[in-house]
Amino acid sequence: MKLLTTFTATTALCAAGSMAGAQDMVDDMTLVSWGGAYQNSQIEAYAKPYMEMNPEVSITWDESSNEAVAKLRAMNEAGNITWDLVDVVAADALRLCDEGLAMEVDHDELLAPAPDGTDASDDFGDLIVSDCFIPQIVYSITFGYRSDMVPEGVDAPDDICDVFDLETYPGKRSLETRPINNMEWALICDGVPKDEVYDVLATEEGQDQALAKLDTIKDDVIWWSAGADTPQLLADGEVFMGSTYNGRLFSAIEEQDQPIEMMWDAQVFDLDGWIIPTGLSDERLARVQDFVRFATDTQRLADQAAYISYGPARESSAPLVGEHAELGIEMAPHMPTAPENSENVFVFNYGFWADYRDDIDAKFQSWLAQ
Amino acid sequence: MSDSTETGPVLAADGSPLKQSLAKALRREKMRALALIAPLLFFIVLTFIIPILSMLFRSVENQIVSDTLPGTVAAIQDWDTDSGDAPDEIVFQHLFIDLFNADEAKEHTKLGSRLNYEQSGLSSLFRSSGRNVDDIGESFQDPLEEIDPAFEEADFWYDMMNGAGGEGLLEERRAMWEAQEGDTLAGDVGFVPSQAMIDLLPWTTTAYTDFAIWTAIEDEDVVAEEEPWEAVYGALGMDLRNPETVAAIAEYDGPGAAQLQAVVDNLDRLPETSFREAFAEIDEDWLDPEVWGTISVYSPNYTPGYFLTAIDMKLGADGVEAQPEDRQLYIKLFNRTLFMSLVITGSCILLGYPVAWLLANLPLRTANVLMILVLLPFWTSLLVRTSAWKVLLQQQGVINEILVWLGFVDDANRLILMNNQTGTIIAMTHILLPFMILPLYSVMKTIDPSYLRAAKSLGATNFVAFWRVYFPQSVPGIGAGSILVFILSIGYYITPEIVGGTDGVFISNRIAYHISSSLNWGLAAALGSILLVVVLALYWLYDRIVGIDNVKLGG
Repeated sequence: MKLLTTFTATTALCAAGSMAGAQDMVDDMTLVSWGGAYQNSQIEAYAKPYMEMNPEVSITWDESSNEAVAKLRAMNEAGNITWDLVDVVAADALRLCDEGLAMEVDHDELLAPAPDGTDASDDFGDLIVSDCFIPQIVYSITFGYRSDMVPEGVDAPDDICDVFDLETYPGKRSLETRPINNMEWALICDGVPKDEVYDVLATEEGQDQALAKLDTIKDDVIWWSAGADTPQLLADGEVFMGSTYNGRLFSAIEEQDQPIEMMWDAQVFDLDGWIIPTGLSDERLARVQDFVRFATDTQRLADQAAYISYGPARESSAPLVGEHAELGIEMAPHMPTAPENSENVFVFNYGFWADYRDDIDAKFQSWLAQ
Repeated sequence: MSDSTETGPVLAADGSPLKQSLAKALRREKMRALALIAPLLFFIVLTFIIPILSMLFRSVENQIVSDTLPGTVAAIQDWDTDSGDAPDEIVFQHLFIDLFNADEAKEHTKLGSRLNYEQSGLSSLFRSSGRNVDDIGESFQDPLEEIDPAFEEADFWYDMMNGAGGEGLLEERRAMWEAQEGDTLAGDVGFVPSQAMIDLLPWTTTAYTDFAIWTAIEDEDVVAEEEPWEAVYGALGMDLRNPETVAAIAEYDGPGAAQLQAVVDNLDRLPETSFREAFAEIDEDWLDPEVWGTISVYSPNYTPGYFLTAIDMKLGADGVEAQPEDRQLYIKLFNRTLFMSLVITGSCILLGYPVAWLLANLPLRTANVLMILVLLPFWTSLLVRTSAWKVLLQQQGVINEILVWLGFVDDANRLILMNNQTGTIIAMTHILLPFMILPLYSVMKTIDPSYLRAAKSLGATNFVAFWRVYFPQSVPGIGAGSILVFILSIGYYITPEIVGGTDGVFISNRIAYHISSSLNWGLAAALGSILLVVVLALYWLYDRIVGIDNVKLGG
């Protein structure tokens, strides 16, 4: 890390010398992402081609996305923003925008149009959930199960409510230690129609109802907080089924050959993308804008799908999704957005959770501690 | 004293009283000593004390409400919280001006997030209202511009509003912006509200002044060339609802008199809805007295609210009350943290004492090997050790496999050793064990073995010799080790997070959650402060019972 810092500092010094002549852009950027396979897909699909085109640029990666909001807030209070571009989930982008920590952008001006000339804002469509948010991928939180632990004479689970069916499918489940998604799934399996879930969840009775449903499996749940937990628990046979990001399950199934199957039912679509912090100098901003325009164009988003099974956020990228870079398998059927996977889909309700997150979380944690 | 008055003070060589001279020399010495440690002191104050204090300060700080909605907060003081109804029109008029400004400064969503900790839904209420507050102003702007197109002109407005005598108002509004932005907005605005306008159209002049300061200093534009914000039109609408203003306009003959008179003649063309109704149209929650109750309760600059939340209480409209049972969490977590830290300290003593004894009494060569065995895990990364415990403890893990293989445990009923309190206690005992063994060892090293021999030669059994002679001498080591282990474990975070599941997590896991996830730093600070006070109190108690002089880290 220290080496890297020194290295970047040297580059920055060199850059400072030659900067004035160039088009007023700094030559080093700090990008913040999630680490692991996901960050790797970004390096391969965006950063490497960009640096080939702009050999003077050096990029430092910081794996802090999971606490980006807190760190950006601290940086902002200290008056020293060291990040240039931050990869966050849409809910965090919304909060950063609310807190004034992320810059509002004009999507059509900043981002490249689709190859056929469609404006970026139309190409991304509804996925632009906040003025500050530059969408990148669609991922989903869904269930995977151990195919070798399905009881004999029973069909493999293919319904979200099988999670709550301990009789047919005994064994532990792993769920995330937060109310988001779990409460929705619980309500659906307690007979609440899908389009009424959030109305119900906004009431005290609805929250109690969801917790009561979760109570029925509470003793058999292992709660996870890191995305890597469920794949590990599944691989070790600690749990029979568990929720996690679909890309993690993909890599456990296809790359590591674990006896795990996807259960796409009631998967929850969520978005991940970039935000540009407020308070960057003009030179830094110019570089970031240049990079973002490149990294979110139609081809780059499609390229990323060769490394990880997350769906590109642009409509125009979907037809360009090809094969996995190493395994050589077609990626399209592994996308959460593939038609056969997305028969029953839930879309993360950002507005609802922005309002109710703290309140329901207090209740949820209190319930967990009982 | 009386001696010196009789005989005269003893003098130093330079003729000054010896006492003074000595004190002076001593002071110089002290200053020199202070200068020596000054860099370190400065470093510690700057990087340790100040951040901690500022973090603790957050647990009571609550200026955001009155900084963002200054007029509203002042106006709401007259509102009766028990009235069962939302406040009067005047509060909504202030809200219009405040919210418009806050929207310009992008502060309203911050306030929404802050108040959302107290009541769900306020976050989106403020976000959507900030987005739509322009519409209220526009509903006045359009008819005004229809009545007289002069209202579209930037210089018309500037000529009407600019003058002299309004420096007081200008500075007052500048202070409002500075509080809002948390930053200084020094500089020439190029505009001074005229006293005549302040008297004639108070709302309008205030709104225009807000606009002028922001335009000149934040946007760095020329006030006279910019068309005013929608808020100014809305404010003019407010002024014109006052019959006295309407009467006064007839008397007025300064700049813009004709246009104002034209508006007065066409008052019926302005919208008639009150600001209260207009806000209710944006979101009917604005008529909910509960929303206003929350704003009102959290309007002071300092609040006990975070501390109350941290002890499962809350600040209701009628004062302090307990949280409903299904929201109580923190007291339970504090108790659990204390209890489990005690258990961990106890098991560290039980396991560490014999090891330290062996270390202190084995021949040097063997002791050194043993010492390395103690230190090796100590040098290994905490995360690695905790993850290793995960591999050992899980149901398909090493320990369970061995037990099943040996037949002690049935395959269907494997032991649940982690994701619960057991897991936390096992892993943390192992991780903190060196902190117990090392002080114990260094104290035991100083116990002369001849005491034990003497005791035995005087007829004591092994146990009596140990219990009456050896053990009391090792107590200072136990004391030091216990304090170290207990205080470390009370603030532990990573291990409980990984192996603790839900009932093995500590209060620090919640603090971390509020710092990095929910961003409720006020609550995190309150929880942290309580934890600090609890530790200090226990330390004091320990001092009273055991005596802090009885603690030795060595020799």
